[in-house]
Amino acid sequence: MIIAERKPIDEIKSFIEGQKKVLVVGCRGCVTVCNAGGTKEVEILASLLRLDAQKEGHDVTVDEHTLERQCDPEYIDELVEFVDKKYDAILSMACSVGPQFLSRRYPKENIFPALNTNFIGGALAHGIWAEHCQACGNCIIHKFGGMCPVTRCSKSLMNGPCGGSAGGVCEISKEVECIWHLIATKFMEEGKLEQFAPIQPIKDWSSSRDGGPRKIVREELVK
Amino acid sequence: MTREIKTESRLEKVLASGKFAATGELGPPRSADKHEVIEKVKHLLGNVDSVNITDNQTAVVRMSSLAAGLLAQQQGLEVNMQMVCRDRNRIAIESDIMGAYALGIKNLLTLSGDHQKFGDHPQAKNVFDIDSIHLIQTIKMMRDDGKLLSGQEIPPEGRPKIFIGAAFNPFADPEDYRVHRVAKKVAAGVDFLQSQCIYDMDRFRRFMKKAVDMGLTEKAYFMAGVTPLKNIGMAKYMKNFVPGITVPDECVNRIKGVPKDKQADEGLKMACEQIEEFKQMEGVAGVHLMLIEWEHMVPTIVKMANLIPRPTFS
Repeated sequence: MIIAERKPIDEIKSFIEGQKKVLVVGCRGCVTVCNAGGTKEVEILASLLRLDAQKEGHDVTVDEHTLERQCDPEYIDELVEFVDKKYDAILSMACSVGPQFLSRRYPKENIFPALNTNFIGGALAHGIWAEHCQACGNCIIHKFGGMCPVTRCSKSLMNGPCGGSAGGVCEISKEVECIWHLIATKFMEEGKLEQFAPIQPIKDWSSSRDGGPRKIVREELVK
Repeated sequence: MTREIKTESRLEKVLASGKFAATGELGPPRSADKHEVIEKVKHLLGNVDSVNITDNQTAVVRMSSLAAGLLAQQQGLEVNMQMVCRDRNRIAIESDIMGAYALGIKNLLTLSGDHQKFGDHPQAKNVFDIDSIHLIQTIKMMRDDGKLLSGQEIPPEGRPKIFIGAAFNPFADPEDYRVHRVAKKVAAGVDFLQSQCIYDMDRFRRFMKKAVDMGLTEKAYFMAGVTPLKNIGMAKYMKNFVPGITVPDECVNRIKGVPKDKQADEGLKMACEQIEEFKQMEGVAGVHLMLIEWEHMVPTIVKMANLIPRPTFS
């Protein structure tokens, strides 16, 4: 899923400075699962903003609403009844797709991203998420024992660990595991080193973001 | 061991002749001052066969390895231009290889490159379009097949006859895997390899034995990396803070065991003992002397280790 986290509160406050009526919009998709922008987080942010306004002596109304998804026009349409109430600012608590979809659908509104979108990943434990995919558009993890060096090696190396791999961690930080250490160790333990001997070809990045912004058209689904 | 000569590199001639080779290292300045390069060249000229010009090592911005390399070559030094994959995509890499050869560079050392997180621009976007093994393949393809990665032909007179180098690090992990990584570099077509700084001689001996047993030393020249320890501070720093370098306690204790003003001498003595062993070690074709910001000691160490005079060719 897409992993995101809320922006620092001061940055969010700077978006709504001097505004009287604010709407916080959540999303029940990925950001609900990663505890960044679901109903609960919308409630917390709205409360923080109300408290802050009260403390500062400002008269600010902060409303809340959470959509099923913010990356789908049919759910975005649902927000029209709120937009009609004329908000000075709308804070989207979805990944960055959300505020972009809202901006396109409601071009006259002041829409701000309340989250930073971080990566495509999974939960390692409750409250810990790690990046596992960078959407290169051509998955080859089966060649690497089910692990992705494109994403999980700091240098996206395709042919083994660099000289900075020490004690199973990456040279950039002791907090970052060396994925090549795990891949190489797995192959050695399984006696499959020969599988790993061929040089992996130079990667074609044209299916990645490097080929320009991407779009998929599934003819059978297009009405 | 004599092998087919592929390039006009002086380093290749020395290695192919079976003589024990010696290479040095020169870090370009953090400025546009060519005099800094010229000053460092004085310590290296005549003392080593070729000198590595580092490419923004540790991701700290310095004069480019191509420009500093040309300045050094103008002084009569043969250089081994380092090229990292961190800052260039395949377009820039192929372009720079052609340009470097056209300007007289005969050796290139292929590296992935230190991550920019270490350097003075941690906010930078990195490239890593291809890795260091792909870089070996790229140069070999341009030189031997006369082709760019796109398949575009390079006419015979325009093929870069580069002597292809790479790094190897027996001290990084996992230890047992390291020789297989080098085997990939050899399969990719590397001509010579220079190691990371060696302090853990046992581990290096184990590595070289595997490389010899796998026949790798018959296909490429292996050079042992030597960096004398200047003082106890450096020994501790290398041991504790440089990823992929192991410094055994006995090395640290040896430096610690002599008075401060004698520590540099002890470090040089230790390096010379290593060099003597490398001269005898099966599969080792030479030494790579990395005297980091200590270039002025190169004349001393090559004399102490009986590495001069360097071979000459007519």
